[in-house]
Amino acid sequence: MSNPTELTHAPHRDDVGARMGMWLFLFTELLLFGGLFLVYAVYRHEYYSQFRVAALELNLSIGALNTVILLTSSLTVALSIGALQKGQKHLSVMLLLITDILALAFMVNKYFEWSTKIHHGIYPGSEHLLNLPDGQILFYGLYYIMTGLHALYIIIGLVFLTIVLGFVITGSVNKDSYVKLENAGLYWHLVDLIWIFLFPLFYLIQ
Amino acid sequence: MANGTIAIDDKSFLEEGTTKKATGIASWLFSTDHKRIGLMYLIAIAIFFFTGAILGVLMRLELIAPGRTIMDAQTYNTIFTLHGVIMIFLFIIPGIPAVFGNFFLPLQLGAKDVAFPRLNLLSFWIYLIGAALVLISLFVEGGPIDTGWTFYIPYSVRTTTNVSLAIFAAFVLGFSSILTGLNFVTTVHRLRAPGMTYFKMPLFVWSTYATAWIQIIATPVIGITILLVVLERLFGVGIFDPALGGDPVLFQHMFWIYSHPAVYIMILPAMGVVSEIIPTFARRTIFGYRAIAMSSLAIAFIGYLVWAHHMFTSGISETAAIIFSFLTFIVALPSAIKVFNWVATMYKGSIDPQPPFLWVMSFIFLFSIGGLTGLVLGALVTDVHVHDTYFVVAHFHYVMFGGTGTIFFAALYYWFPKMTGKMYNLKLAKFNAALFFVAFNTLYFPKFIMGYMGMPRRYYDYLPEFQNLQVVSTVGSWLMIIVICLIIYNLLSGLLNGSKAEANPWGGVTLEWHIASPPPLENFHEIPEVTHEPYDFSQLKNMKYGLKGESK
Repeated sequence: MSNPTELTHAPHRDDVGARMGMWLFLFTELLLFGGLFLVYAVYRHEYYSQFRVAALELNLSIGALNTVILLTSSLTVALSIGALQKGQKHLSVMLLLITDILALAFMVNKYFEWSTKIHHGIYPGSEHLLNLPDGQILFYGLYYIMTGLHALYIIIGLVFLTIVLGFVITGSVNKDSYVKLENAGLYWHLVDLIWIFLFPLFYLIQ
Repeated sequence: MANGTIAIDDKSFLEEGTTKKATGIASWLFSTDHKRIGLMYLIAIAIFFFTGAILGVLMRLELIAPGRTIMDAQTYNTIFTLHGVIMIFLFIIPGIPAVFGNFFLPLQLGAKDVAFPRLNLLSFWIYLIGAALVLISLFVEGGPIDTGWTFYIPYSVRTTTNVSLAIFAAFVLGFSSILTGLNFVTTVHRLRAPGMTYFKMPLFVWSTYATAWIQIIATPVIGITILLVVLERLFGVGIFDPALGGDPVLFQHMFWIYSHPAVYIMILPAMGVVSEIIPTFARRTIFGYRAIAMSSLAIAFIGYLVWAHHMFTSGISETAAIIFSFLTFIVALPSAIKVFNWVATMYKGSIDPQPPFLWVMSFIFLFSIGGLTGLVLGALVTDVHVHDTYFVVAHFHYVMFGGTGTIFFAALYYWFPKMTGKMYNLKLAKFNAALFFVAFNTLYFPKFIMGYMGMPRRYYDYLPEFQNLQVVSTVGSWLMIIVICLIIYNLLSGLLNGSKAEANPWGGVTLEWHIASPPPLENFHEIPEVTHEPYDFSQLKNMKYGLKGESK
């Protein structure tokens, strides 16, 4: 083998491996939130009645609206994968755009919800909050951390989806090679799934 | 490769990179080649290890006499914290997986690279960013962190030093660890060469695989815990702050839910290296292959369920303490299974006491002391007596430095010829190993005695009755730094002026010994077909590079 020769082979591609890596990553994200659910469980147990009182202050209709928005966006991203698999690129792009818009709508709602709270003087470290009982301080602390971190996930998911949207438009993600879109969809479903637990924990259980 | 063509020639990965345009240092920093990434980790980790060791020597020097010797108490606090943070988060957790896992996992599996080469490079970059954050936290206003590497609440919320930045660095490093872990798991599942079934994988692969799972499952918990501490410091959310209704013991639970499994992230890959080195130098197949492979998974699993043994004196319920104590004894079993199997492998072997093997002998001795004193700490009654004393410090250094650190050097001496194609001075390496054993015991054994006598850990000052033992320990630290300098000297002079190494100097039979040293860019010109058990030495005479490099 002293004479250099050329060897040609197909570029390495492993869709199953890529999906597996994504699932493992989602698993770590769930465990990250798992830590927060653990903290929530401990303090709900310790400050049962205070958590009830504080939860009544949350705006149930905004929460419900956001749940509907997020569930719908999960549907549209799933449909866009199906559309791409059937070769309907235009439809797939439209559905991804709708997903992006729904994600933005979620963030707008979140902005109004948080700013109302902050306007009422309820935010970590505020004088009003520090005068409330310990259980309520913890409830709002967890409320801001958990929904805030979830909002950060929404933003990351939005960026992820938009990048893949670009790939679909340029054609590098297409009918035969769509694992990137699938992975973006998986991430988006995770964001949705976490919200499905956050919504009852903060808004519904009283 | 992305363009679908590679040149087949005799160039090694050191001469030919994955980057088309970049040359010089950029062809390393942007390389997706697992071997180059492994070597870059090695350089970074070696620098941090040396820094951490120097900090340790300074600490020991301060303790050579009671009262102030060379530094004030606050400096001492920051130095032991930095020693811990650097050694734990920058050296020993990434240590063996990032360096040797990256380099040898694909080679031993018969793969051309890891499953996600670009993600691998990203992990390295994230590691560098984390390390940079640690360094920055030393110099910005507020001063270096002084909480101890465990960051216990409430002090870590009250102190004015740069806790937020330093622990955020640990968060970033955790991210690097997670990405490496999921990369390795996927690699093991997807890229095994044809014929390599799970029970034909080398044991280093098995232990790295078990480690990767711990990295994936445990690290997110420390991630969220650290974020909560940072938010606590920035906004006063109250989650762990007792003044706002939070619970500091909950922090300890969440910290140890990660940090106990993390000690298995540190030790498991080392155990894998031992399982490679012993068969090679005993020229005999490993005894109890399946027991060793499965005990790695058992350690990974049971290791999750023992975290509260760090908290026996923190005010947990007696029932919980008894259960965690029991589980702690259980987790000693798989480690013991490994030790017995290693010793049994050597029985009636034809042992060739080369340097890597001598390091492994040190390991078995030191790790056994570390493991057995762990049982003293796992038992509730004795733990109350020696908790937070030098006894814990000694135990921890026997398992971590005597265990993982020793094997880090063993792995360097074992795989150095394969990684660089050069050979170091064997006589000096043997002398190294012997001096290390003496230095180690001089440095750490007195701590067992001092701890038993009641010397608390992390104290700046002590009673005069401890001075003799403190002096012995300090002298040990000087010997240790000489050993470390000798290792660095031996390897660097081997790299620069060493003779060319044979492709298979030790007569190993796992797949990395079937190819040239240093390996070519894509490892295998043809993906090998695995027909032998991993430690079947009957194949040695038919290998391309047989014993002592007699090329066929």
